[in-house]
Amino acid sequence: MAHEQDFSREQPGAYPYTRGIYPEMYRKKLWTMRQYAGTGTPKETNRRLKRLLSQGQTGLSVAFDLPTQLGIDPDDERAAGEVGTCGVSVPALPQLDQTLHGIPLAEISLSMTVNATAPAIFAMTASLAGRLGIAPHLLRGTIQNDMLKEFSARNLYIFPPEPSVRMAADLMEFCIRHYPRWHPVSVSGYHLREAGADAGQEIGFAIANGIAYLELLLQRNIHVDEVAPGMSFFFSAGSGVLAEAAKFRAARRLWAKLVRERFKAKNPESMKMKFHAQTAGSELTSVQPEHNIVRVTLQALAAVLGGAQSLHTNAKDEVLRLPTASSALLALRTQQIIAAESGIADLVDPLGGAYEIEALTDRLEDEARKWIQAVDAHGGALKAVEIGFVQKKIRESAYKDYEAIQTGKRNIVGVNRWETSRPIPVPTSGNTSAKRMKHQASMAEAIQRQRSSRSEEDAARAILRLLRDADQRMNIMPAMLEAVNTGCTIGEIYGALEGLFGKYDEEVTPSHEYESQSFDREGRVGWT
Amino acid sequence: MSTKVKVLIAKVGLDGHNRGAVLLTTALRKEGFETFYSGLRRSPEEIAGMAVLHQVDCVGLSSLCGAHSVWFPKVTAALQTLSWQGQLVIAGGIIPVEDELELRKVGISAIFRPHHPIADIADYIRNHVKTATFPPARKIM
Repeated sequence: MAHEQDFSREQPGAYPYTRGIYPEMYRKKLWTMRQYAGTGTPKETNRRLKRLLSQGQTGLSVAFDLPTQLGIDPDDERAAGEVGTCGVSVPALPQLDQTLHGIPLAEISLSMTVNATAPAIFAMTASLAGRLGIAPHLLRGTIQNDMLKEFSARNLYIFPPEPSVRMAADLMEFCIRHYPRWHPVSVSGYHLREAGADAGQEIGFAIANGIAYLELLLQRNIHVDEVAPGMSFFFSAGSGVLAEAAKFRAARRLWAKLVRERFKAKNPESMKMKFHAQTAGSELTSVQPEHNIVRVTLQALAAVLGGAQSLHTNAKDEVLRLPTASSALLALRTQQIIAAESGIADLVDPLGGAYEIEALTDRLEDEARKWIQAVDAHGGALKAVEIGFVQKKIRESAYKDYEAIQTGKRNIVGVNRWETSRPIPVPTSGNTSAKRMKHQASMAEAIQRQRSSRSEEDAARAILRLLRDADQRMNIMPAMLEAVNTGCTIGEIYGALEGLFGKYDEEVTPSHEYESQSFDREGRVGWT
Repeated sequence: MSTKVKVLIAKVGLDGHNRGAVLLTTALRKEGFETFYSGLRRSPEEIAGMAVLHQVDCVGLSSLCGAHSVWFPKVTAALQTLSWQGQLVIAGGIIPVEDELELRKVGISAIFRPHHPIADIADYIRNHVKTATFPPARKIM
């Protein structure tokens, strides 16, 4: 496809922002160093967050455990072994208060990786900020709140796609109207890539999801220039340094063009794609974790060369478990060394103009556009995940990637190239199952104590109001605020909503390249 | 009647990582197995029910979120409760070495980690599916 872009006319900080969204980029302000952290009890996580700040981290990113992300309380038997395991347990307002205690919320931007339960977690955050006297227009941060990619890749959903996405839009609308500095969505290509998508699919499907959110908000009579400036993106940074840097450039250019041409935005802020990058976890290996340090360095370099606004660098042992304190520090230091010692931060789009980079940028833009057109042809992103189109394409790519590793087309040192027979042992995290069970017991006890000390009448009234508003397709956020303020727990809130919307189960169709074959609901392969 | 070895790849607990499980379901089929995939977030009883219903020879459990020590023993207990007639239970995902011993005690014969060659997993199943003995022998006190 012919490209009308002429590199010599593209400038950093100017439409279509291929070369970066600011004219000076990191010369004026470094990217935000934002390590994803959260484990165990709220108090433990609070200590970890404060330690990261004391080590020079400039933004916070909170990881929530699976029960919190799936609307399950710590005393529910489905939460066994999962409380505080993959993140912090926040079943209700007091736990969020403990997690963020003493952290200056008006000064530091907070990022929260939560989606299905994002409306409840944001309601708790807003309520906490109010109690601390922070005016709504001063609260800064990001909540992931990207339900579409949960169905296509990340799989932490509760309800079917339509009500899930509708409630995500409720939260976006609420933030746009009342919390203008809060990014109410982080449209995530990262998880698509981790699930197997290739680079073109990562940015193409993510932007298609971004388009779907824009359209939902426009239907609510919000102008594109009110929605788009608050939207942020989240991408993966892989070890293929140059191709990945080109991918970020392509994503920026494509988003800018779509927002201007398709949505007729007028405000340049709407066209600037701001994104967070995380180094690619799926490219790390568990055989020789020490060697992941080198991979993470290359991946972080890709993000910086590609103009990321914030960055999480994975710890070398993250492929095995939550990182130890020393490996977490090493991960942060990796990006600090790039920032302070490599000299790259003094340059703006240092790769721009190189023939290969520009050609790769054009190619990835074309590929991503093709995937957006495919999603459009299926009726948009919501329909495309409802019928499993995106899931299928990602699974096909995952299988291709597996074959590429098998045949040696893609190399992983220590795995299929210069493979090792002797794995390098790593020290254990000390987060034993006995310790975790103790956490779970204390968290379960705390939530039961909280339930018994609130007004049952107020809590019940709040839940009824929430159900009524959800049922009548009103914005659920005011009722959600009332629910968390009256002491309702995440399990009660989402349990009640599940009664209304029903539960969503993964369509068991891992059919990959087998077009003619199907899997039935029980996973039986339909071949004879 | 099919003579193919039947394998159920199952996800228990709240974990949502399914890339490996789905991939394995397809790749093992290409290796000549008859494969089934449970879908996400199945209870131990549901998984045991599927294993019995499809009369699988091998159950492969996948976990990447750290809750394997809680959920895997519940699945092996449920398999025994339902008198599953298969022989081999294996596991894969992000499972620290220090947790291996306790998983072996409940009858999980092998643990595979990310990037383990699938052909090797297939060989393991073929070689052990007739000789493995699930449930594990109980000590008589």
